[in-house]
Amino acid sequence: MRGGAVQRRWFAVVATAAACALAVGCGSSNDNKSSSTPSGGSNAAKSGDTGASLTMWTRAATQTQSERFVKAYNASHKNQIKLTVIPTDNYQARVAAAAGGKNLPDLFAADVIYAPNYVSQGLWLDITDKINALPYAKDIVQAPIKAGSKDGKEYVIPHTLDLSVLFWNKALFKKAGLDPDTPPKTMEEFAQDAETVRKKIGGDTYGTFFGGNCPGCYVFTFWPSVWAGGGNVMNPDGTASTIDDPQMKATFDIYNKLVKDDVVMPAAKDEAGPTWTGVFPKGKIGIMPMPSTTLGIMPKDMDIGVAPIPGPSGGESTFVGGDVIGVSSTSKHPDEAWDFLQWTLSDDTQTEIVAKNKDVVARTDLADNKYSSQDPRVVLSNQMVGKGVTPIALNFGATYNDPTGPWLKVARDAVFGNDVSKALADGKQSLTASLSQ
Amino acid sequence: MIESLRAPVRARRRNSYWRLRSLKGVGYAAPTAVMVTVFFLIPLVLVFWMSLHDWKILGTPTWNFPENYKGIPKDELLKNAIGFTLKYTVIVTVVLSGAAMGLALLVQETRRPGTSLLRTAYFLPGAVGFAAASLLFYSLYIDSGPLDDFLMWLGVIDKPFGWLSTPNKALFSTIVMVIWRFAGFNMLILLTGLQAISTEVYEAGRIDGATRWQLFRHITLPLLRPTIALMLVLSITGSLLAFDQFFILTRGGPDGSTVSVVMVIYREAFTKFNLGLGAAISVGLLAVLVLLNVLQLRVLKRGE
Repeated sequence: MRGGAVQRRWFAVVATAAACALAVGCGSSNDNKSSSTPSGGSNAAKSGDTGASLTMWTRAATQTQSERFVKAYNASHKNQIKLTVIPTDNYQARVAAAAGGKNLPDLFAADVIYAPNYVSQGLWLDITDKINALPYAKDIVQAPIKAGSKDGKEYVIPHTLDLSVLFWNKALFKKAGLDPDTPPKTMEEFAQDAETVRKKIGGDTYGTFFGGNCPGCYVFTFWPSVWAGGGNVMNPDGTASTIDDPQMKATFDIYNKLVKDDVVMPAAKDEAGPTWTGVFPKGKIGIMPMPSTTLGIMPKDMDIGVAPIPGPSGGESTFVGGDVIGVSSTSKHPDEAWDFLQWTLSDDTQTEIVAKNKDVVARTDLADNKYSSQDPRVVLSNQMVGKGVTPIALNFGATYNDPTGPWLKVARDAVFGNDVSKALADGKQSLTASLSQ
Repeated sequence: MIESLRAPVRARRRNSYWRLRSLKGVGYAAPTAVMVTVFFLIPLVLVFWMSLHDWKILGTPTWNFPENYKGIPKDELLKNAIGFTLKYTVIVTVVLSGAAMGLALLVQETRRPGTSLLRTAYFLPGAVGFAAASLLFYSLYIDSGPLDDFLMWLGVIDKPFGWLSTPNKALFSTIVMVIWRFAGFNMLILLTGLQAISTEVYEAGRIDGATRWQLFRHITLPLLRPTIALMLVLSITGSLLAFDQFFILTRGGPDGSTVSVVMVIYREAFTKFNLGLGAAISVGLLAVLVLLNVLQLRVLKRGE
C-alpha cells in the first residue's frame, strides 16, 4: 500500500515534470493562437484541440464514468488526456498536497459537496464566460454549477451525477403480500412496507438498510425526505444548522422506530460506507434508498423498482450528488482542458456515453433520449434532477462527511439513541459551530 | 638534496590521497545526506514555518504567530484524542512487549528443530504493509465477514460479534491487528539482544543452582536492558503516531471513540484546510516525542 502510494506520488511528480516540459516546448505558439480566438461554442472546440497532453484526476468512486469519457475523447481528439484515479479516501489530501506544491493536474473532478471549499481556495479557473457561450448553457443541470459558484462566477460543470432514489425488491414485495408495482408515497408507507417485508418473510431478510456508521450516507439518503417535506437542514448560506427541523425529526423518528422494531438489518449500525451499496443486491432487503449510479451494476435477474424518496407525509426529492469538474487554476493548457469539458456536455457524448450506460444525463433537454426511453427507471432519475437539491456549505466536508466531524454523532444518536429531539437539539449547536468556523 | 626535493612531492601525494579518501567518504554519505535533507530536514523546517502562518493552499501565507498555537488548547477533538492516544500507547506497548518477549524466548534456541520455521512465521506479518494489514483486518472484521462465519461455524458465537461496534471492541480489535503485525518485528529486535548474551553466563548461573525464573530475572532481563530500551522507544513513538490503523479500520469510530492525535492533524490540514493549525499540532507532537525519548533513554540508562 505504502510503496504503491510512494510510487504513484513519484509518478505524479514525473508526469507533472513531463507536462511542464511539454508546456515550455509547445506553449508559446499555442498559447498565442488560443488566446486570440474567441472561447466557447464550436470555435473553442477547434482551437482547443491542439494535440496537448493533459493530466486529469478523479476519485475512485466515479472511476468508471471518468474512464469512459477519457477513452472516447482520446480516441477522437488530438489532445490526449492521462487519467489518474485516486482512492476516494485519499482524494482530498492529494488535492491539497498537489495544490500546495502547484502540481495540480490540468483537470480535476471532485465530490460536489467539496466544490464550495475548493472554489474558495481558488483551485479552479473561472469558466463563467465559456459555460455561458455554450448553445445549451441553460439546459445544463444547475445544482452542481451553483455549488461551484462564488460571487456570480462559475468554476465547474457537472461531471457525473449521482442521485439518491428508492430501490425496492419486487420479488420480496410479492412474497410479503405487497403490491410489487406500487412504491411508497410517504415515509410512513415506506416504514409500513419495510415492516411488512420483515414480519412476513423474516429470517435473514430485513425490511431496510442504511449506512449507519457512514456520515455521508445519512446525508445522501435521509436529507431528501426533509426537502420532500418542505423542510431544510441548513440556512441558505450553509453557515447555520436547522437540523431540528420538524421534517428531519419525523424522518429520524421513523428510522429510529424501524431500528428498535428489528426491521433494519443489524449490520447497518456498523456500516461505515465502503460496502453500504453491496447489501441490497444480495436480495435480502425489501426497500432502501440507493445511489442511482448503481442501477447499471445491479444483478441482471433482479427485478428492481425505482421511486423518488418521499417526505415523512408526502412530496419527493433527491440528493443531487456526484462529481463536478473544472480546469485547475495552475493549468498550462486551460483552452485544451476546456475543450474536453465542453465535449463531455455535448449531445453526442451525453447520449452515447452517459445515457447509454444508464447514468443520469447532465442536460435537462436530453432527459428523454433514445436510451433512457428503453428504461423508465432511468427517465425517473433524469426527471428527479430538476427536483433535487445539492446542499451548499463552505465547511460541508469537515462538518458532514468526515467521520470525525460532528454530524455522524448527531445522526447516530438520533437513529440508535432513545431521544431524537435531544439528539437534534444538541446537534444543532455542534453543527452550527462547525459550519460557522 | 634529493630527499629534500622528494619530501614535498610525497607530502603532496599523501595529501591528495587523503583528499581523495575524504572525497570518497563525502560521496558515500551524500545520497543519505541528500535524502535526509530533502525528505526530513526541509519538511521539518517547512512545517515549523507553516505553523507560524495562516497558510493558504494557494496564494501567499500571512504571518499570524501565535494564533495557530493558541488554537491548540481550543480544539475539543484534540483533547479527547490525546487521552485516547495515551491510553492506546500504554496498552499496546505493554501487550506488544509481552508478546514479543514470549515469542523471542520461544524461538531463542537455535538447536531445536523447527525453530527457523517458527521465527520466519512469527516475523512474516511484519512484511505486510501496515495499511494493507489494516484493510485485511477490516475485511475480516466486517459484520458477517469471514471471522464471524468461522466463529459461528465453531459455535463460539451465535450472531455477528460486531468487532468494531463499541469503543472497547474497536480498540481491542485494532490492538489485535497491531500485535499481529508488529509482535514478530519486536521479537526480532529482542532476539538480537538474546543472542548476544553469552551462554557461559547462563551456565554459571545454572551451576549456582538458579531456577529458570531466576535466570530470566537476574541474567536475561538486566543484560537485555539496552535492547528492551530500543524496543520501547520504537513502540511508544510508533503508538503515539498511530494513524493508519484507526484511519482505515475504525475511521475514528464508533462515535469518535478512536480518534488519534495524528488523525486530528489530518482532519485540520486536509479536511478543514487549516494547514497552519495542523502544522502547529505537529510541532507540538514532535516536541513531546523528543522530550519523551530523552526521558525514556535516561531512565533506562540509569541502571547501567
